[in-house]
Amino acid sequence: MAVDEGLKIELGKQGVFVTTIEELYNWGRRSSIWPMQFGLACCAIEMIATTMARYDLARFGAEVFRPSPRQADLMIISGTVTKKMAPQVVRLYNQMAEPRYVIAMGACAISGGPFKQGYNVLKGIDRYIPVDVHIPGCPPRPEALLQAFMTLQKKIDGQPLTGPDRPRFLDAEAQGEFPVPVQGEHDLEPTSNPGVWTVPVVIR
Amino acid sequence: MASSPYFSLAVLFVAALGFGLTPLGLAWLWGRVFSPAKPNAVKNAIYECGLESRGDAWMQFRSAYYLYAIIFLIFDVEAVFLLPFAVAFTGLGAAACVAMLVFVLMLIEGLAWAWAKGVLTWA
Ligand code: SF4
Repeated sequence: MAVDEGLKIELGKQGVFVTTIEELYNWGRRSSIWPMQFGLACCAIEMIATTMARYDLARFGAEVFRPSPRQADLMIISGTVTKKMAPQVVRLYNQMAEPRYVIAMGACAISGGPFKQGYNVLKGIDRYIPVDVHIPGCPPRPEALLQAFMTLQKKIDGQPLTGPDRPRFLDAEAQGEFPVPVQGEHDLEPTSNPGVWTVPVVIR
Repeated sequence: MASSPYFSLAVLFVAALGFGLTPLGLAWLWGRVFSPAKPNAVKNAIYECGLESRGDAWMQFRSAYYLYAIIFLIFDVEAVFLLPFAVAFTGLGAAACVAMLVFVLMLIEGLAWAWAKGVLTWA
């Protein structure tokens, strides 16, 4: 049962704070998104800059970069994912405790970027794991990463605790394991996870 | 009972226990009600560096590493003992001096051994 927004503001003016468990829970989660300490290429330098004093990621409660996937909430794919590295990235994602989020930072993480034609570059990490926020750029500026954080916070804020729209980690039926690809003869096998990515149809 | 001098202590103890256990209990309850556990083999793997662990952790180390241990003792641990020895030197009896001498001699022996083994030459 939701309290009317206007009534809430009115009550707030009188010093009465009204909330729901859902709101409180989402507020707690979005205010302490701990990223995983993990950089892949040039974009990682911008990620590091974002955490420093000038851009101050600490304002979002997200300055605690965890060196272990078990303690991290957010994976920032900051850079080129080579096919050699992709299985490790997917395995680390699997080892993160839920709820877990992914930001694909930069052209490389989204699509392979400048190296898209390379035989050894994965054409977007969203082929294997669900990505919450994509930020374009080569590299994206720290402001863009902050924008991605704010977008993610908005997304978390809107997630219901119950009902059919509830996020994956609250749904007992939803997929919890994302298959780790293996190095095949010519490519990673499988080349994508159909559960999170549909192969686009090329129209000629 | 309330007159016992330990009563307030007991109250504080229970409060402290509750302070610690309540969040844990709430978190457990939250997990039971809302978030289903989804363990799987990849998630529960012991190694957290992205790679799969392989082989046995109970392997043997090369005994050649004893040289590092000797060098560490001579240049690091010895200094820790030499400093208080030097400070208290004037007030020491003969027995203490001899004991220290034996200790230093033993380490010098190790140094000579390492030297003879060519550990101290780099290029
Ligand atoms: S998007 Fe550009 S800056 Fe980022 S990893 Fe790729 S090449 Fe480097």
